[in-house]
Amino acid sequence: MTSLVIAEHDHASIRPATLNTVTAAIQCGAGTGEVHVLVAGHHAQAAAQAAAAIAGVAKVIHVEGEAFAHGLAENVAAQVIALAASYSHLLFPATASGKNIAPRVAALLDVGQISDITKVDAADTFERPIYAGNAIATVQSTDAVKVITVRTTGFDAAASTGGAATVETPGGVADSGKSSFVGSEIAKSDRPELTAAKIIVSGGRALGSSERFHAVLEPLADKLGAALGASRAAVDAGYAPNDWQVGQTGKIVAPQLYVAIGISGAIQHLAGMKDSKVIVAINKDGEAPIFSVADYGLEADLFAAVPELTGAL
Amino acid sequence: MKILVPVKRVVDYNVKVRVKSDGSGVDIANVKMSMNPFDEIAIEEAVRLKEKGVATEVIAVSCGPLQCQETLRTAMAIGADRAILVETSEELQPLAVAKLLKALVDKEAPQLVILGKQAIDDDCNQTGQMLAALLGWGQATFASKVEVEGGVAKVTREVDGGLETLSLALPAIITTDLRLNEPRYVTLPNIMKAKKKPLERVLPADLGVDVAPRIKTLKVSEPPKRSAGIKVADVAALVDKLRNEAKVI
Repeated sequence: MTSLVIAEHDHASIRPATLNTVTAAIQCGAGTGEVHVLVAGHHAQAAAQAAAAIAGVAKVIHVEGEAFAHGLAENVAAQVIALAASYSHLLFPATASGKNIAPRVAALLDVGQISDITKVDAADTFERPIYAGNAIATVQSTDAVKVITVRTTGFDAAASTGGAATVETPGGVADSGKSSFVGSEIAKSDRPELTAAKIIVSGGRALGSSERFHAVLEPLADKLGAALGASRAAVDAGYAPNDWQVGQTGKIVAPQLYVAIGISGAIQHLAGMKDSKVIVAINKDGEAPIFSVADYGLEADLFAAVPELTGAL
Repeated sequence: MKILVPVKRVVDYNVKVRVKSDGSGVDIANVKMSMNPFDEIAIEEAVRLKEKGVATEVIAVSCGPLQCQETLRTAMAIGADRAILVETSEELQPLAVAKLLKALVDKEAPQLVILGKQAIDDDCNQTGQMLAALLGWGQATFASKVEVEGGVAKVTREVDGGLETLSLALPAIITTDLRLNEPRYVTLPNIMKAKKKPLERVLPADLGVDVAPRIKTLKVSEPPKRSAGIKVADVAALVDKLRNEAKVI
């Protein structure tokens, strides 16, 4: 019962989602199975060292190669397959990268894949949300190897220090040649990462324009040290970048405090934030569905209420 | 070049589903069904590629009960040329669907398969990636922009933190994200025309595929309910509650 966690990293450090996935892996082994971490990257020594320091990790497999420089699914999946024979569980964080690669691995092993688990009931039994989080399915895998993506908000982060895993460096697989990386545009932000933030200030269509979105929400987010999020309507209208979208098809978040401003609360949005500890809604429509999940609702015009709230903090 | 587009019939995205009291699943009897929204985007993209002269034929495929024919007719009303229904009343999981699609790809030899990134019922986000693996093709998931030229697809993907562009050698698999395009409305004349387009029916056994589920659903339950909140009168009351009651700021 050894589990392999496929680390998400930027070659220099380990992304936080990996830590939640390690916790899920420890639970799959019921505390007795070993947890190994795969760091496949290019000049990723620092990330491998960081992985070795994660509490609960017994071994880090660090594979170097240009083929892994951009995390292409074809190459990473082939690498996981090369290692898979020794493992009962292969776990990926349910991030864009994990979701991209895990099903490819499962199909190559001819096993089903279990997406976005929120709870480990037993080594073969897991809970996962379906229908935009409106139902929770308890599922049991009948396959020999369990390929899983882990919803990071469902599990606590493992401590990033205190571990002393050994690091192995086997040779990596060759580049598949099926796809290649052309370029990327990664939004620069000084704010906390959306999925890891303790407080999120999120805006919807009612903000009316990109300028007002930023002018109204940024001072409040700055005061709270919060990440900024958005509803799909706000993203589609161009008020906020795509990767700020919270919801079924965007990011799933569960901060301590989620402030929904000018968001009506469609099912698809609620799916992304209803596990937040405290939800505050500011909306001038008293009938908006967001009030049915909000712990504290303020029925008011956001253009008056938000600056007042910013001032009061 | 042929493009194959798998489409799924799902509970309409506006319907709030109810869990059955015996925990066996969600109640979808008498609920409005529609084409999975991401699949509409996939069909739209394939039809646009045809309109640009990149593709010669768009084939829509659906796997499931006979009612999936309606979904296929919708796909043809958007602009697919013909449709294939893999008919089965069995529960189909993504791996089984990927195997059925592989058998059809082997038969039809498309250069591109465009799928939705996930179905809004099982929320799996697996089928496209699995199909790519079974075929040994390259994949570009969560696409927000697709350009096809000279045997290569250049695809911009939505990733955490921003966008990433990949170049794929064809044949290849693409899965669509929300912002790839705005699907067109189907018009009445096109709905009428779609009724005359060919729709072929095959069985999983004809394709030699075992569709037995690998993952057993033990039960389906309601998510934990949030306890009812309160409305506060003004900003001062809100700040007070957050500071002294919830203690989150």
